Amino acid sequence: MILARIVGTVVATRKDDRLVSNKLMIARPVDPHGKVEGSYLVAVDTVDAGFGETVLIVSGSSARMASGLKDCPVDAAIVGIVDTIQVRDGK
Amino acid sequence: MQLARVIGDVVATIKDANLTGIRLLILQPIAASGDDAGRTVVALDSVGAGVGENVFFVRGREAAFPFYPGEPPADATVIGIVDRWDMETQNSEQRTMNPELRPQNPEAGR
Repeated sequence: MILARIVGTVVATRKDDRLVSNKLMIARPVDPHGKVEGSYLVAVDTVDAGFGETVLIVSGSSARMASGLKDCPVDAAIVGIVDTIQVRDGK
Repeated sequence: MQLARVIGDVVATIKDANLTGIRLLILQPIAASGDDAGRTVVALDSVGAGVGENVFFVRGREAAFPFYPGEPPADATVIGIVDRWDMETQNSEQRTMNPELRPQNPEAGR
């Protein structure tokens, strides 16, 4: 899973039938310190995340295992809203 | 599977129901030299790993298998804690990469 921040939403009227009534969000991957890294991605929201929140995104075929996404054409799903991140990198 | 160092953890109250009760760790993938290699990843914990430990983890759909018959939406799961690993160096001597377990300098006691 990756950490990402919600930066927008996507509206699409014409889409695959199995995506109907799913919320699509634009997310920006972030590192554990909150710094953005990489490009944007569109993910299906299964936990009612909101703008500006840090979330957990599961990608690849595992995204279909999120609740309500069985057999959906999905490769990124938001499966958690992050409360806190603790990093203790001693190296 | 890949080697990584556990550098932190994540707390999320609102999450997929199938993730309940599973710890989430932040991993920094590492190369055989012990150096950082690539972006950090959040992984599920199936072995009780802690911050600072070297682990190995599996990516992809298989990341859900350790929790069978549960089906958490997982794409990365820690499946082992590394005690040590050995590499053959160019002059063919074995080297232990975990500095804590590296043998002391044999010259030191002489």
